[in-house]
Amino acid sequence: MSKNILEIKDIDKVYKNDFEALKKVSLSIHDGEIFALLGPNGAGKTTLIGIICGLVNASSGTVTVDGHDHIIQYRKARSVIGLVPQELYLDPFLTVTQTLTIARGLYGKQHSNALLKKTLEDLSLWDKKDNKVQELSGGMKRRVLIGKALMNEPKILFLDEPTAGVDVELRHSMWELVATLKSRGTTIILTTHYIEEAQDMADRIGIIQDGEIKIVEEKSVLMSKLGSKKLIIGLEHACDTIPPSITSDKLVLSDNGRTLTYTYKTGGKTGITELLSKLKAANISVHDISTQETSLEEIFVDLTHDNSTQK
Amino acid sequence: MNLIGLTTIYKKEMARTFRVPGQTLISPVLTTALYFIVFGSAVGRAIPELSGVSYELYIVPGLIMMALLTNALSAASSGIYFPKFIGTKYEFLSAPLSHFEIIAGHTLAAASRALIIGAIIYCVSIFFTRDATVAHPILAIVFSVLTAISFSLFGLIIGIWADSFEKLALFPTLIITPLSFLGGIFYSIDMLPSFWQKISLINPIVYMISGLRWSFFGISDVDPIVSFTMIALFTFACGMLIAWIFRTGYRIKS
Repeated sequence: MSKNILEIKDIDKVYKNDFEALKKVSLSIHDGEIFALLGPNGAGKTTLIGIICGLVNASSGTVTVDGHDHIIQYRKARSVIGLVPQELYLDPFLTVTQTLTIARGLYGKQHSNALLKKTLEDLSLWDKKDNKVQELSGGMKRRVLIGKALMNEPKILFLDEPTAGVDVELRHSMWELVATLKSRGTTIILTTHYIEEAQDMADRIGIIQDGEIKIVEEKSVLMSKLGSKKLIIGLEHACDTIPPSITSDKLVLSDNGRTLTYTYKTGGKTGITELLSKLKAANISVHDISTQETSLEEIFVDLTHDNSTQK
Repeated sequence: MNLIGLTTIYKKEMARTFRVPGQTLISPVLTTALYFIVFGSAVGRAIPELSGVSYELYIVPGLIMMALLTNALSAASSGIYFPKFIGTKYEFLSAPLSHFEIIAGHTLAAASRALIIGAIIYCVSIFFTRDATVAHPILAIVFSVLTAISFSLFGLIIGIWADSFEKLALFPTLIITPLSFLGGIFYSIDMLPSFWQKISLINPIVYMISGLRWSFFGISDVDPIVSFTMIALFTFACGMLIAWIFRTGYRIKS
């Protein structure tokens, strides 16, 4: 098993208005992985990132970054972190080059023309290097924000909703960049609303809701553990109702009685053979069968919905 | 110590000063030059000498000090407020910088800007008064540097405390400008009735102007040692308060 580059233990955060943003959050991030932190708005994702990066004071708990306590050994801890915030926090009056140069300087590192050029080229910003930030489009500003975080050559990169408001083409080029960074050994922790991106990119997924970590799993394990499949059965002749002999809460009739959808858990007994036998016994002819896997989005919605309705 | 980080903040703030020279350098110099023309050259000729110094010369240290402290305050307060306003404060809060390095970077930049303005105004005063005499130049520099640092620290406190542009402008307009005028720029506090003399001694700006005036002419309202002590105490108090603000995260961290 790979070592943990980030250890979060029992982090609590209570704001001055008594709002409890985080409740005893514990989380370990493996070195070199892409970890997706998913959660609805106000779940505590940005607060958690803020605490790790030194922007928010935790009420209690500890954070260890690459073996260094983030309060006592803050210099060593912060020197390995790069942060891409959710909002476009940029000085509009600085040029792109100045913005990136200052970002590196604050980390106590000597200016590097080679790194500046490479970062700007990787982000397709080289031709904009002398432009003021205020002259750039929203997508370009987002890339400048990523460039700032990369100028520190971080071991851990936090991407807080990095593709929010970004067009499809740019979003894909950003995820290519994320894949490149991962291949270089950078640990990436991202929060996103585009769950399909987490599904495509992440090695592990954590779901946070109401300040509590609900689940942390390998993506594949999460998908098989919580995921279900759908058996979509096309009927030869339309049915008005599902015959009583096969009625089940897992079965839904749709498409004007021409499609039966059967939802089942993966692994173990599925009940498909039994269902098909019952359909045959009920003289219902089948003309097409296909299966569909539950997406991470559906798992996420189910999980967060279940938790909110349990309250 | 993250010296590169500290100098990065310093250079960034100085670049901001030189990015808008009309607002940061020319405007305060022009305003002070108008005081020289109106109160020095015009009105001043009708006023007799004060403690053996012509009125035209008498107001020079006060005008330098007023420009110095108001500019230190506005440079530091806007230097910290602007990153708060546009969100870029995360850059220095998440960087491996100590509180001291963040405070020092901003303070030194604001103090430098104020001292540059102070030096320009001194040159302008020579043009109007045709007199460059400074009796105790080292002490003049000490009083100026200490005042610039203290008001830069004070400016940081205001910039962090302010949560709107209105509040940012509140202190300079409603408190600092009146205190400067009542601090003895244009008069000796000995000229005030005894009650108002005592009230004036609560005003820290009195000690700053008095200290610089003593450095220039060897005359002052307050003993220069008392002036130095009071400015040092004010600097220390501002330093302690800003250190507390950063330690607790008051209005700078959630």
